[in-house]
Order: sequence, then C-alpha cells, then structure tokens
Amino acid sequence: MGHKTFARGVHPSYYKELTAGKRVEAAALPKTVTIPLQQHAGAPCEPLVKKGDLVTEGQKIGDVKAFVSAPVHSSISGKVKDIELSQHPGGFRSLSIIIEGDGTAKEWGGPAKDLSSISVDALKDSIREAGIVGMGGAAFPTSVKLAPPKGKAIEAVILNGCECEPYLTADHRIMLEEPEKVVWGLRALMKTLAAPKGFVGIEENKPDAIEALRKAIGSSTDIQIIILEAKYPQGAEKMLIVAATGKKVPVGKLPLDVGVVVNNVGTAAAIFEAVNWGKPLIERIVTVSGNGVKEPRNLKVRVGTSFEEVLSQCGGLVEGGEVEVLNGGPMMGIAQPTLSVPVIKGTSGITVIAASVIKSSVYEACIRCASCVSVCPMALMPYKLGDFGKAFRTGEFKDWDGLSCIECGCCSYVCPSKRPLLQWIRLGKLKVRQEAQKAAAAK
Amino acid sequence: MGMILISALSMGAIGAVLAGFLAFADKKMKVEEDPMVEALTGALPGSNCGGCGFAGCRVFAEALMKGNALPNACVAGGSETSKAVAEIMGVDAGSMKRNIAVVLCKGGNNEAERRATYRGEMTCTAETLTGADKSCSYGCLGLGECVDACKFDAMAMNENGLPVVFYDKCVGCGACARACPRNIIEMHPEDHKLFVYCRSRDKGAYAKKVCKVACIACGLCVKDCSAPGGIALKDNLAVINHDVAPQNDESIKRCPTKCILYGIEESVTRSNYFASIRK
Repeated sequence: MGHKTFARGVHPSYYKELTAGKRVEAAALPKTVTIPLQQHAGAPCEPLVKKGDLVTEGQKIGDVKAFVSAPVHSSISGKVKDIELSQHPGGFRSLSIIIEGDGTAKEWGGPAKDLSSISVDALKDSIREAGIVGMGGAAFPTSVKLAPPKGKAIEAVILNGCECEPYLTADHRIMLEEPEKVVWGLRALMKTLAAPKGFVGIEENKPDAIEALRKAIGSSTDIQIIILEAKYPQGAEKMLIVAATGKKVPVGKLPLDVGVVVNNVGTAAAIFEAVNWGKPLIERIVTVSGNGVKEPRNLKVRVGTSFEEVLSQCGGLVEGGEVEVLNGGPMMGIAQPTLSVPVIKGTSGITVIAASVIKSSVYEACIRCASCVSVCPMALMPYKLGDFGKAFRTGEFKDWDGLSCIECGCCSYVCPSKRPLLQWIRLGKLKVRQEAQKAAAAK
Repeated sequence: MGMILISALSMGAIGAVLAGFLAFADKKMKVEEDPMVEALTGALPGSNCGGCGFAGCRVFAEALMKGNALPNACVAGGSETSKAVAEIMGVDAGSMKRNIAVVLCKGGNNEAERRATYRGEMTCTAETLTGADKSCSYGCLGLGECVDACKFDAMAMNENGLPVVFYDKCVGCGACARACPRNIIEMHPEDHKLFVYCRSRDKGAYAKKVCKVACIACGLCVKDCSAPGGIALKDNLAVINHDVAPQNDESIKRCPTKCILYGIEESVTRSNYFASIRK
C-alpha cells in the first residue's frame, strides 16, 4: 500500500481474473459492419461515400471540417449497402454507414520508424487522418488534445493504464502484449507536444503490466511509471492527474491548463499503428466479460461489428433468464436495448450481467447519510444534484456545479437507498444542454 | 397594584410608539401597486400553467398591463377569462380558438414491440438517456411524463400504456407537449379533425415490423385525399396540411395500418373515461 491516489472514490469488486490471463485473439471477419458517423465527442462526420460505392479496408468514409472531430474509416472491404439511422451504443440513434464485406482482409504491418525522422506536423497529420480518438471510452479526438492553444507549454504527457473499471482488461492486455507500441506511441505524443516528461499511470493490481512496460522503457529516464492504488475511478482523467502530479484541474478547465495531456495506453498503441503502418483506427481490443456470457475473452474486433456477432464468438449468452448487456464496464456502461448495436472506437468492453443477480430497481427515500458525498471524487453533493436533475431545476443544478460531474457512478454505487443518482444527474445535464440549445436557437 | 400599573403604562407606551411608527411607515413608505394588476390576477385562473408563455398568472397580468400580452392569451381560462380580462382593461377581447392536445401515437403495449426491459428511473426523459426499450424510436414510451405535467386533470394513462386526453378538461396550455421528450403530443385547434397517429420516420418495412399501427409511408392517403396537396409524404411519414386537407374527407379510408384517423374524440371526457374503466 501507500501508492499514490486521489481523495475519495470506491473499491468495487474487480472480477478482472475472468479475462486478465487471456491473450487477445482476433475476432472473425464480420460479414457486414455498421459504422456510425458519430464515434467521438464533437461534431458528427458527413458521409464521403454513397449507397452502392465500393470501399476498401481503411478507406476514409466520413469526415467533417469541425475542429473537434475525427474521421471514420471502413473496417472491411466491400460495398456500401445503405446509409441510415441506426441504434448507437451511446443510447441514441446515429447516421451510420452499413457495409457488406467481400470476405477479404488486408494485412497491416511494418517496422517501427525512427521518431526523429518524422516531423511534428507529419505526426499530427497522420493522427488526425487515422481518426484516432481516446480509447478509454469517452472517445475525445486525440488531434484536439495535440493542438494546445499558443503559449500553453505542456510539461508532461500521462498515459492512462489504470483501467479501474471492473471486468475490463483490454488496456491490461495491450500493456502486456504490445508494450513497445505503447512506449513508441507515448514518445510520439511527447514529441508532438514538446513535452519533456512522460508518465504511465498503472494500478498496483497489474504487476505483470508494470514489469512489461519497465522492460520496454529500458534505461531511458524520459518516461516514468507511476504505480497507483487500485481504486475507482483512478482512470478518470482528473483523478489520474491529481494522483500522478499532485495538480488539480480547476472546475471548467482542461488538463491543458495545468500543462498536462492524458491519453489512454490503447490510444498510444493506435498511434504507433497509424504512423508506422498507415492503419487508421478500424480495430480495437474489446473485453467481453461478465457472468452472463459463457466464455469471457479479449478480442480484437473491427469497428462496426455488431454486439451480437461479438457475443456469439464468446460462446453466446448464458441460457435461462434475461441478461443485461452493457457497452463498457458495470460502473459507467450504458445498458443496451438491442444487440444490433455496433462496436465503436470507444467500446473498451462488453459486460454481460445475468439479470438474476441484479437487485430490484425500486429505490427508497434519501436518508441523508451523505455516503455519496463522501465518495464523490469531484467533491460534489450528488444527493442534491440528483434532486435538482430529477426536477429539471437547471439553475440550481448549475449553481451546485452539476456540470463538473464526471459520471463515474460512485454515488449510485454506494447509495444504501439504491437511488439512481447518476441517472438523475445525467437528466439534469441533458436539460441544461437543451436549454442552452434553445437559447442559442432563440438568438 | 403599583406593579400592574407600571406594567400597563409601560406596555401602553411601547404600543403607542410602535403604532406611531407603523402609521408613519404606512404613509411614507407605501409601495404604489397597480390595482389593475391585482384585479387582473384575480380574474385569471390562478393555475400558473404557463400556457400563455409567461411564468405564471401574475407575471401574465403584469405583461398585460405593459402591453406585452394579448387579453386572449390565457388558454387555460378560455373565452370567459379573456372576456373578463378585456372588460377590466376596457378593450375588445378578440376571438380565440380552443386548442386541444392530440397524442400522435397509437402504438401501445398491444400494438408496438418492446425489445428490452427498462429498469431505470421511470420517467420518459430518463428512459431516452439509455436508448429506450421500445423498438420504435419515435413512439410513446408510456411512462406518463405528460400526465404528470398536466395541471388540469385532463390526461391519464390507459391500460394499453398510452395517454388519453379528456376533451372536456383540456384547456390547451401545451404543458404535456412540452414535457414529451419524443414530441408526440401536438396542440391543435378543435376544428382540426384529421390526423396521422404516428411519428415514425423509419422506413416502412421496419416501422411495420415493430408496430402494428405505424405509418408505413405507402402513399395511399396522399392519392386518396380529395384536395391536392392536402397530405404529403415527408421522411417516410404522411403529413397533413390542415389548411388544405378537408377535415371530414370521406375518401381517405384505404390506410392499411389504420393510423390515419378522424377525430379529436369529443366523447372522451374525464367522467366517461373513468366510468368505462370501472366497468
């Protein structure tokens, strides 16, 4: 013990042993893929292809001019079958390009280039063109993080290898199996940002990953591994920065403002593939786990593959009774109403929980125990924010800093009355957003 | 005895001083209030429904005095209230049409497919955050946020999981329409009779698969409508132009899913409805 960490947070059961020891295997080539044009935070892409067009694997099929955006690419070769609205794992419907595959797959590979021979602009270009986004789940476009406003010096790049979400082991496996790619990607990030220091934050419960990365870093001193306490949400950007550097990101500010940029270890590996192989972000590691799936596995899945197809390669769902399928882990994951939703760039895991272990959804009155307050990593008052959100009292919701909630779900997790605090807070955020849209439209 | 006398005198003295102060305050610090606003607020229904577009009845009354609102803007009170308001203000009331809320979805539990079980907070807006259990992404979720929003007892959820509007109670304030996250409820003048009871913009094949009473955009109603341009197809949905389409057009009857129907149903009153479910 005695490892670095942040204040508050919770200690859920991790269940990582289900998949932590399993090698990443390539998933079967999907026959059709559904590629949403909105796979990142920011403006959705516009399609660059039409119905009936032939596309090749890795071809750019959607892009938009907006600054906060990332292009999308075809993950298989084939023909565009349709462009239509379809269910998105984020809980809404997004315009998606549906591609019917021709059954061929491209080989990607090549030697690692020497970083000093690549210019910063070339690095930035290939990262943006490869459509790379944060692969921890929030899917924030990486190109935006690499373009800090002028005059803001970046002191350090932090790679996030915490993976504090229960069940998920995708980042763990990538650090274990491809540490060289991760370290190369981190150096590339440091070069584009002119940052002198690099950190990799890893929770103490992954000693093998720490060892593998140590080996890959070797004797160089520019990169340092920071061992962190296993606690949720250690992998949240702001919590990681506090734990690793002691710096606090002020409310409403970005990590850039304290001279730090945080990226996921998976993102670093994707940068390696984009720069050296020219491979856009069309594939990612997905942990399929939980007690509702027969054979939990770590799979390398092409973006656009349906959840149904991925689950069938893991032995299918357990028989008897309902299951709950989550996009992501059990703390932050969103329950899916249908298995036709596709894996997207931000899908770090598919967690399937048998409904028999899910406790009743009936909630009781708040008993003012303040458990939620004592675990909130952002030092908010979730019981208050929940009430404001539920009643659409947006003014008070904003006054009590509801917008700085990182939606980690610790409050709902600890509430003894089983109050769905996070959902209410998300309702509050939704209403604030809608009001802002209305005000903008009125102008 | 002396004690009582001293007490009575001192209390009396204090009372006199304070009364003097109050009398002074009443004269010198009086806030001039417009008696008209008071009178107008009294004439309004006092339900603070927001149907006029203002925050409440008193705010509406103030707006009336400033000339920022029309006397007939109070939808809750209807023509009687507007007459009373116009009388107080000494102007012409103007005519006003009553609006009625129309629920444009007939896909209840018996007609529409549910693809999952929703376990979260039981309000419609909360359900839309997670991608909803109903296969149709345009249909009524059936959790009754509109009924909760109604301040006039003019709505209820029926056994089929759809909201019912009571013809006699609805004042047309539009609170239910604003509460519905899927924009299924529209406000229409009473003389609008013809509606497409579906909001699905999905392609016909999918819409039909997930709901028995969905508009499948076959276009038969467009051909049948006796006034050209009265009905048009837009985004896989038939849209009625109420200014053009005859409201009692007998010729539209070929709709294969029976989602195009006549009628704000005048027979559905609150007492009728509850009498019918009690049987």
